[in-house]
Amino acid sequence: MSAPKKDDAKALLKGVKKRNVRAIARMISLAEAAKPESRDVLAEIYRLAGRAHVIGLTGVPGSGKSTLVKALADAIRVSGRTVGIVAIDPSSPFSGGAILGDRIRMTDLTGDDGVFIRSMATRGAMGGLARASLEAVDVLDAAGFDIILIETVGVGQDEVDIVQAAHTVVVVSAPGLGDEVQAIKAGILEIADIHVVSKCDRSDANATIADIRGMLTLGIRMPKDHGLVHGKEEFEDKPPAADGEWRVEVVATSAETGDGIGELLDTLDAHAKHLNDTGGMEQRRRDIIEMRVIKTAEDIIRRDFKANHDKLAGLMNELMARTIDPHQAAATLLATFKYKEGKYKDGCED
Amino acid sequence: MNDKTKVIRVLLAKVGLDGHDRGVKVVARSLRDAGMDVVYTGLHRTPAEVVQAAIQEDVDILGVSLLSGAHMGIIPVILKLLKEAGAEDIAVVVGGVMPDEDAVELKKLGVAEILFQDTPPEKIVSTLRQIAASRGAG
Repeated sequence: MSAPKKDDAKALLKGVKKRNVRAIARMISLAEAAKPESRDVLAEIYRLAGRAHVIGLTGVPGSGKSTLVKALADAIRVSGRTVGIVAIDPSSPFSGGAILGDRIRMTDLTGDDGVFIRSMATRGAMGGLARASLEAVDVLDAAGFDIILIETVGVGQDEVDIVQAAHTVVVVSAPGLGDEVQAIKAGILEIADIHVVSKCDRSDANATIADIRGMLTLGIRMPKDHGLVHGKEEFEDKPPAADGEWRVEVVATSAETGDGIGELLDTLDAHAKHLNDTGGMEQRRRDIIEMRVIKTAEDIIRRDFKANHDKLAGLMNELMARTIDPHQAAATLLATFKYKEGKYKDGCED
Repeated sequence: MNDKTKVIRVLLAKVGLDGHDRGVKVVARSLRDAGMDVVYTGLHRTPAEVVQAAIQEDVDILGVSLLSGAHMGIIPVILKLLKEAGAEDIAVVVGGVMPDEDAVELKKLGVAEILFQDTPPEKIVSTLRQIAASRGAG
């Protein structure tokens, strides 16, 4: 395993194509650092990506996502395929730092070049999914990993973001977490293509499974095309298993005994096949790309506002005196940034 | 979050038969509060696991916490594996308890710094910042 030079973008790109671990790791760091000089090579990565089946896993903290990801990765390897994992944990809103602990449950996966695990912090991203996380998915995709698992932070409303980042969305629930069904009621039910009830070796698992199955058959209004595309919330009143539509599955798993893991992988493969057969994959790819464009634009604007903090400070007197309102201030600042195609004024060069 | 500096990434590891993780958790928390991304591997890892994780995570610093007395067995293996992987630019910092002469020996072998059990958190943070800066991060 030779290591390409740290800033040699071409060598890194070559390394990524050959699935060199060091090169992949560095490329993801480039995406995370978001320096203007690495845009070209990341654009090349984007061109290379688009082959992998991207699966998002979400669920409340403690529902067993990391453990499930580990078990699933094992099963994917046994099936002869490779797997990249992006495990996301929250950044502290105060210090900006993060403790990334998902690897604690994924350690037996090391020593195998067919598995690549990267932990990432949310870095204060809206919706819990950083732009860089999606670029990391691209890097793993370009490196030729067959399946990519994104493990989300899974807190509060954040999980909704994953809908627009993955081809298949898995919602993980566990027995004994008490307000599980409440969480499902709050909206997480609609985003799942597959529900997993983890820890099903526990005696109270059946109640959780029954709860979710029950909710799914209650004639819940399903989103039409994966839904939730910035305000375009089209719902139709159809039972979940109507003709040609994906029937949302509930899979009970136990990483402890290995029960249900194979079934889950089969269901994931079936969902990918369903998407490919029905044109759903094309639609999801579109949705993902659209969302990424918007997220990237948000990133650029947020950076520019930070980098031009003095301009905002200059408006503060008027704002405090309430002679202008925040909307006018924002519009004034946006006008000064003069965004141009191809060379936006990036305020963060270092 | 500060956009102007790259976030320092640190992997903290417990290697071998050593179940004492209170210290490493305090360190993890201190580094997080200093704005770093801290990947924690959990207990009982092997040198190979730790090195592979450090490379995949592209960390600036690999911090190994050892209170078991096995440092002279474990640390040289980690340094060797990093070198074999062409990743010797990842700085290795060892924390814990060991005889002074072992610390001298480990530094000779290429360990960037030894932080003993009585190092205050602020000192740990500033030391890691310095090491990261000297390696082009932070």
